[in-house]
Amino acid sequence: MTGVAEARALTALDVDGEQALARTWATPRGLWGFLTTVDAKEIGKRYVVTGLAFLALGGVLALVMRTQLARPESGLISPDRYNQIFSMHGTTMMFLFAVPIMEAMGLYLTPLMVGSRTMAFPRLNAFSYWIYLAGGVMLYVAYLLNIAPEAGWTAYVPLSGPEYSAGKRTDIWAQMVTFTEVAGLAAAVSMATTILKMRAPGMSLARLPLFMWSMLTTSFMVMLAMPAVMLATSFLISDRLIGTHFYNEAEGGSNLLYQHLFWFFGHPEVYIIFLPGLGMVSEITATFCRRSVFGYPVMVLSLLSTGFLAFGLWVHHMFATGLPHLGDSFYTAASMTIALPAGVQIFCWIATLWDGKPRFATPLLFVVGFVITFVAGGLSGVMLASVPLDLQVHDTYFVVAHFHYVLIGGAVFPLLGGIYYWFPKVTGRMPDEVAGKWSFWLIFLGFHLTFFPMHILGLRGMPRRVYTYGADMGWADLNLLSTLGAYLLASGLLVYLLNLVVAARRGWPAGPNPWNAGGLEWATSSPPPPHNFGATPVVEGREPLWLPGEFPVMHGLDVEHREVLLTTIADGKPDIREGSPGPSIWPLLSALAVSLLFIGSIFDEWFLVWAAIPVMLCLIGWFWPKSSHSKLVKAPDDKIPGALA
Amino acid sequence: MTARLVGDLSPLPAAGFRSHGLWFWAAMGFMVIEGAGFALACAAYIYLMNGAREWPLDGVAPDLGWGTAMAVLLVASLVPNALMSRASRRRLAGPTQLWAGVVFVLNTLALVVRGFEFLHLNTRWDANAYGSIVWALILLHTVHLLTDFIDTCFVTLLLFTHPIDTERFSDVDDDSVYWGFVVACWLPIYLLIYWAPRWAP
Amino acid sequence: MTRLPARLALAAAPGLVLCSCRGVQTMLDPAGDQARDIDVVWRAMLIVCGGMYLLVLGFLAWALWRARRPAPVGAPAIGHTPAERTLERSLSAWVALIVAGLVTLVTISFLVDRSLAEVGPQPLRVKVTAHQWWWQVDYDGSPQSQIVSTANELHLPLNRPAVVELQAHDVIHSFWAPNLAGKVDLIPGRTNYVAITPRRLGGFRGQCAEFCGLEHAKMAFDVTVESPEAFEAWRRSQLAEAQVPTNAQQVHGQQLFQTKACVMCHRIQGAEAGGSTGPDLTHLMSRRHIAAGALRNSRGDLAAWIADPQGVKPGTTMPRVPLTSDELNDVVAYLEMLK
Repeated sequence: MTGVAEARALTALDVDGEQALARTWATPRGLWGFLTTVDAKEIGKRYVVTGLAFLALGGVLALVMRTQLARPESGLISPDRYNQIFSMHGTTMMFLFAVPIMEAMGLYLTPLMVGSRTMAFPRLNAFSYWIYLAGGVMLYVAYLLNIAPEAGWTAYVPLSGPEYSAGKRTDIWAQMVTFTEVAGLAAAVSMATTILKMRAPGMSLARLPLFMWSMLTTSFMVMLAMPAVMLATSFLISDRLIGTHFYNEAEGGSNLLYQHLFWFFGHPEVYIIFLPGLGMVSEITATFCRRSVFGYPVMVLSLLSTGFLAFGLWVHHMFATGLPHLGDSFYTAASMTIALPAGVQIFCWIATLWDGKPRFATPLLFVVGFVITFVAGGLSGVMLASVPLDLQVHDTYFVVAHFHYVLIGGAVFPLLGGIYYWFPKVTGRMPDEVAGKWSFWLIFLGFHLTFFPMHILGLRGMPRRVYTYGADMGWADLNLLSTLGAYLLASGLLVYLLNLVVAARRGWPAGPNPWNAGGLEWATSSPPPPHNFGATPVVEGREPLWLPGEFPVMHGLDVEHREVLLTTIADGKPDIREGSPGPSIWPLLSALAVSLLFIGSIFDEWFLVWAAIPVMLCLIGWFWPKSSHSKLVKAPDDKIPGALA
Repeated sequence: MTARLVGDLSPLPAAGFRSHGLWFWAAMGFMVIEGAGFALACAAYIYLMNGAREWPLDGVAPDLGWGTAMAVLLVASLVPNALMSRASRRRLAGPTQLWAGVVFVLNTLALVVRGFEFLHLNTRWDANAYGSIVWALILLHTVHLLTDFIDTCFVTLLLFTHPIDTERFSDVDDDSVYWGFVVACWLPIYLLIYWAPRWAP
Repeated sequence: MTRLPARLALAAAPGLVLCSCRGVQTMLDPAGDQARDIDVVWRAMLIVCGGMYLLVLGFLAWALWRARRPAPVGAPAIGHTPAERTLERSLSAWVALIVAGLVTLVTISFLVDRSLAEVGPQPLRVKVTAHQWWWQVDYDGSPQSQIVSTANELHLPLNRPAVVELQAHDVIHSFWAPNLAGKVDLIPGRTNYVAITPRRLGGFRGQCAEFCGLEHAKMAFDVTVESPEAFEAWRRSQLAEAQVPTNAQQVHGQQLFQTKACVMCHRIQGAEAGGSTGPDLTHLMSRRHIAAGALRNSRGDLAAWIADPQGVKPGTTMPRVPLTSDELNDVVAYLEMLK
């Protein structure tokens, strides 16, 4: 056992080198270190933990809703409370759990999977976390104060507008969206840059791991989609607070403008959540089938085309609004077309399973669960793509079933598999496999028991977002079944989380590569040292750790100063070294200043002006130039790439 | 499996211009985000315009003078901007300082012109949807003018107060790329705010 | 207690999808042209999507079955296994199958969509205006005096095409009677339309299908499809003015109605009551439900509603008007004669 844990990482330097590097890249101890760390691993871990906490909160809200709906005319919760609860549930899951946790997995894993010491913009990542936390805290404080949003996670106008949504509820919702979008955008810029510029020597784009492809696509989608929701919510807040008329039909505005802007973001948003999951499925499948995923080029093309097509579908959320049907037909065709890359990927994963030597550990069980569940959800999506059929099932429990099938099946199952899979890398300990399998089955069965009946409820006429229903509608039995399923699902998630909590302290020690996987992240120790890799790994093919022969590495990066290697985009040839910032308080201070600006402007628009000053000061502190890295590491100054003459 | 040494990275330079360095990519990311925001705001303008019986909604378009002055100023500023970029990539301290100073003055001038533009929009943000979207577009662009102004201010100041190393030259060059973006974004917005009301039937 | 497991088992039976199709608010029991056309799409989808799903599950099951064979020891494979070519060709076939399936579904969907847009000749015109949380229903008529105003219910003549004009008074709602047609939103500032050609006699139910605030869950309406003669008879009776009170209790009830807050919101043609914030009550007793489907139109429920609207439908616009129990009885007696 001890031999496994102490197996030397392939990329470790000699003892002195490792110690020096660890000191250079260490996070200071104690509270100061906690507040100033820029280590992507630390930030990634806290991001994942916070995301899981929001999953739990959103899940509890769901259980309350299901308990209310278990019986007709239940009377357990008032309509106002119920409307707040379903709005909080959707908002929490979409904005505070799903997107952040996928980005968090990316934050932790990206440097490790591309062979880099850290992410491209370490302080930006730290800022991203604090801003995310601030937004989430603000929303839940509002909930405790009974001023939570109650117009759904979509907050359509005019219901959410100044005339029909009194008080600060919708303003808080809109501003929380701004918080989380800023956090997401920051992480996306860092992720895309890291994947494009900071890969290991020899890691050409053709050798990029599939999870990295999915994170790269996702990052670009985030950059292009999130501005839409920022516009949508900013216009909403300004209509409510300073009397603009973006959405006021009486003064030339348009209710549908909100829906267009929101769904231009909203549709890519679900793919932003879903694509990282697909990447995780690829990584898990390859490892546990002991063969690389079949069809790498089509897999990459599928990811890219899914990301691209996702921007052309948004009107399918608006088929009932009375837009010209000919235009709607285009979106029907586009919405069905996106099933094609998804179908291709499903084939490739099953082909990998078919052709490989599968080992059914918990992560692979989640992959199988993903295939069964997500494909069903995707097919109900094809149904929704048809305008006539959508006009029947839109805004019913059929849609609720559909999106839970694709989001839980397509994103959460892969996520649970992924967290389990990389858990040994993060903590150096193995989770308990028996508990893992139990948790899988409880979650899988609980999920289907909860959500399958909802398809039928929708077909039988039950609309969504209803706090109760009549006893004579005939919906009671299926609702009760669904509620029981929800409790089963919750118990499964509890077992899953407990497994990880216990294993973090008392699991079997894991070596660098307990699963015998092929990716670079398994070349370093578990958990990785602060600097990730001592020697710089060199990549000569896909699944570098499965290549025969010795493992190639390079030396030469500075040990006394924080430094990262930049390589060329297409081929991964070493290009320059660049300095990397150390721990800094500026991300936290900036996040506090920005929070003040965002929260204050809910109450008084002049905050936008006055609170901009501390923000500016913090940014100046943040960007205050440091001494030249070139001079610090005594690098040659004659042939500078990109210089003229 | 054991490791074998195949190369040494220490001869690599520790700085690079444009796409060779990380700050350039931060700016690129920012431009993708802001570009998407601008495009969507322009789309919202066109959407509201298409849905209206007359445009502007109360019949008064913004005064052409100041907006056109801004367009001319910004396009003209691209010349010293390019010269600043060349000088910085040649790593020549003197010319870089000179052209950075010129660009800084033009940035400041642009802010002044923008102030006059605000005064001659002939509509208020709370008048109607037309006023709201016009103000939204011009405010969006102003935020970028301001951030670039602060950035250029800073970068130029440092050229005179600190020793100039390759990283400083690279910052100046990145700033020039961003200024090009700010100018490029103005052109469609200028056309929408100042000419669409005049061209709209 | 033993009934519960039995009910659950029944509910879980897969046959449920097929056998519990009947209902007054379900798309699985189409009773009109539009709903029937949509049902065609639904069945096509079930066949094609169901078929694809079975193929995927089949391939997965095969792969899982193969996993049981003893695994040869060896290095993990990075592509280029012996089965690579077979898999490539299978992938091409799979892509072709998906494309064929999607093209089929898009075509069927498009054709049905076009048929939904067709309206028969001389349609009956009804206007529905959605309020938070009730439906104002007006039947076209000229001159003005021929307009029928009612609330929370539609009557439609069998086999005659109808066009419902949809407007919203406050926020976005959605008009949905699944047995008859798909849903269309009612959006403030816009006018939408839905065509309905009912083909079966009977009573159906519709419900608001776009979250519209506090009592979105209790915003339903009744649809009665009847013979053209019965429809004309209904329309004529709706045009008549309200009945005149005959006994003292009804007279007192009418007085209370006209002096208390009721008259601020409700209209009763022929009595001195002209409020237009709430539903027209001239022929209240001709309706099957009250409070937009929240309660049956029985004496007890009517009394309960008037006595405490906020208890039945918290947040509803109708305030609680303080009445003694005698006053309540008198008002209800008056309303009960508004047939």
